[in-house]
Amino acid sequence: MSAAAPSATPPRGTLATVRRNIVDRIGDPSLRVLAGAASVVAVFVILLLAYKVFDGSSSAFSKFGLGFLTSKIWNPVTNQFGAASFIYGTLVSSAIAMLFAGPLSIAIALYLTELAPRRVRRPVATLVDLLAAIPSVIIGLWGILVMAPFMVNQLEPALHSVLGWIPLFGGSPSPFGLLPAALVLTIMAVPIVSAITREVFETVPSDLKEAAYALGATRWEMTRMVILPIARPGIVGASILGLGRALGEAIAVTQVIGGAVSIHASLFQPADTLASRIASQFQSASGTVYISSLFYLAAILLVISLIVNIGARLIVRRGIPAKVMN
Amino acid sequence: MSATIESPNPPPKLFTTSARRKRVNRSMEVLSTLAAGLAVAVLVIVVGSVVIKGVSALNLDFLTETPAPFGAPGGGIANSIVGTFLLVAIASVIAVPIGLLIGIHASEFARPRVSNAVRFALDILSGVPTIVTGVFIFGLLVAGHVQSGYAGSVALAIIMLPIVARSAQEVLRLVPNSLREAAVALGVARWRMVLRVVLPTAAGGLITGAVLGVARVAGETAPLLLTSSIASNAVSWNPTQALSSIPVTIFTLSESPAPADHARGWAAALVLIVGVLALSVFARSLHERSRRRLRG
Repeated sequence: MSAAAPSATPPRGTLATVRRNIVDRIGDPSLRVLAGAASVVAVFVILLLAYKVFDGSSSAFSKFGLGFLTSKIWNPVTNQFGAASFIYGTLVSSAIAMLFAGPLSIAIALYLTELAPRRVRRPVATLVDLLAAIPSVIIGLWGILVMAPFMVNQLEPALHSVLGWIPLFGGSPSPFGLLPAALVLTIMAVPIVSAITREVFETVPSDLKEAAYALGATRWEMTRMVILPIARPGIVGASILGLGRALGEAIAVTQVIGGAVSIHASLFQPADTLASRIASQFQSASGTVYISSLFYLAAILLVISLIVNIGARLIVRRGIPAKVMN
Repeated sequence: MSATIESPNPPPKLFTTSARRKRVNRSMEVLSTLAAGLAVAVLVIVVGSVVIKGVSALNLDFLTETPAPFGAPGGGIANSIVGTFLLVAIASVIAVPIGLLIGIHASEFARPRVSNAVRFALDILSGVPTIVTGVFIFGLLVAGHVQSGYAGSVALAIIMLPIVARSAQEVLRLVPNSLREAAVALGVARWRMVLRVVLPTAAGGLITGAVLGVARVAGETAPLLLTSSIASNAVSWNPTQALSSIPVTIFTLSESPAPADHARGWAAALVLIVGVLALSVFARSLHERSRRRLRG
């Protein structure tokens, strides 16, 4: 401020500046505090979630203990509950789903990164991604009304007549069972696994690919010797993330698995998973032990999916740029 | 992380019989193409089934009327449409601001270790099965009380939060630091800089994340089954009571033995799928545009 400046200019500017400074003095820390609080909320929610689920299962845990995990009985009338058949159904349906979804996703990712003409690449990738956007209840609806009749009339009789000597394909065909559940889960896992696998494939340095070509490798040989070894952790991680999705899916599985408390070698027979048992029984559940047993199922499912998800992220993070994960 | 190209010494068997190598190569290419074709075919078959079977049962009455009494013909899903709208709207009001603030925290304030920890928590949260989220909210808000629209919305908000927050974190990180420095150099306070410079620059990407979150939870069934499913058939705008929703309605109709209910289920699925896919496509185009702008 030079002395020559006339005081004719009213102090309006300075007043506004003062007010602005005061607002800033409040605004700055409040934004910081609000933003920090929001982050704390995210951490708090996950802790509270785990606490509530375990807390809810406490009365079932005190009654059945760890024997709950190995008991096959689920009888609301006698108040006897056990999770073994649901754990079995969960693991088997998800494992079969990943058996299909893993190779399929790798092949799709290869097509989209190496084979597809530039014009086709984007639209096909978008369509595969859109598969992930279809709500699970609609895939389940399609599963019940379109896929189940096809299963019982065409696919399962055909499998049975060819492979019936294997216990997996023994037994009479039925519209609801582990196999339809696994197929529905495959549909839901493929877009997730292939999207991550595709991004991992794109991070493979092109000079290594070109080096393989220069040595005279065919495209498949280049894939097998360059892309797959480099992308292996990413592929494994992506598959495990897909597995996590399959393990926790409740609705579409409930619609096609048949809801039976049984452990059966045949994939055609009705079964049930942890998630779908909770979904199908919660509304009708009454009584402390019954509801608490459903919480216990949720706790088992939570533990399994936490292990799977954390494991997947640890594997993928090794050697893969962080931006691929989300 | 080195590529394991075998040493050419002795010369690998691979590079000998050329015809066989070409055949293997060709069949692998065909298999990959078939896999991609299969995925697209499944999408077309599922969406096609919904469209073909849904259109025949869909009419204006279906959108504006409440469900017909059991066994009666006609009726609609107006109550479920209103319910889904309310549930998703309340969930967004909860999840979008919190998610945005988490993103701001990571890009403007937090030390890397803290923001990594938060990111880890969000990743875990997004890996929690939605039915478990439903059980959690049942235990927190419904047990000992009654189901309510608010409980359902909170469950949806928890599912939405990691989607919105993670995309906010990613997008805000893309905002060039030079813009922030320019603002600070002009003497702008930090919070003004965030609100007036950072957020508007990243607006497209932030909206994308929110829209994707909305598209995701609009189709969620499992958590609502436990928290907001025992609802009256009347159109209700009152979230203190359980609200019906399109996904739960589809679920119920799909379990019914009556063919008329199946037709209603397909029509409801058509309404839902059009909404969800439209949101997804919209988010996608927005995403492309904002990415191109940020990359300059």
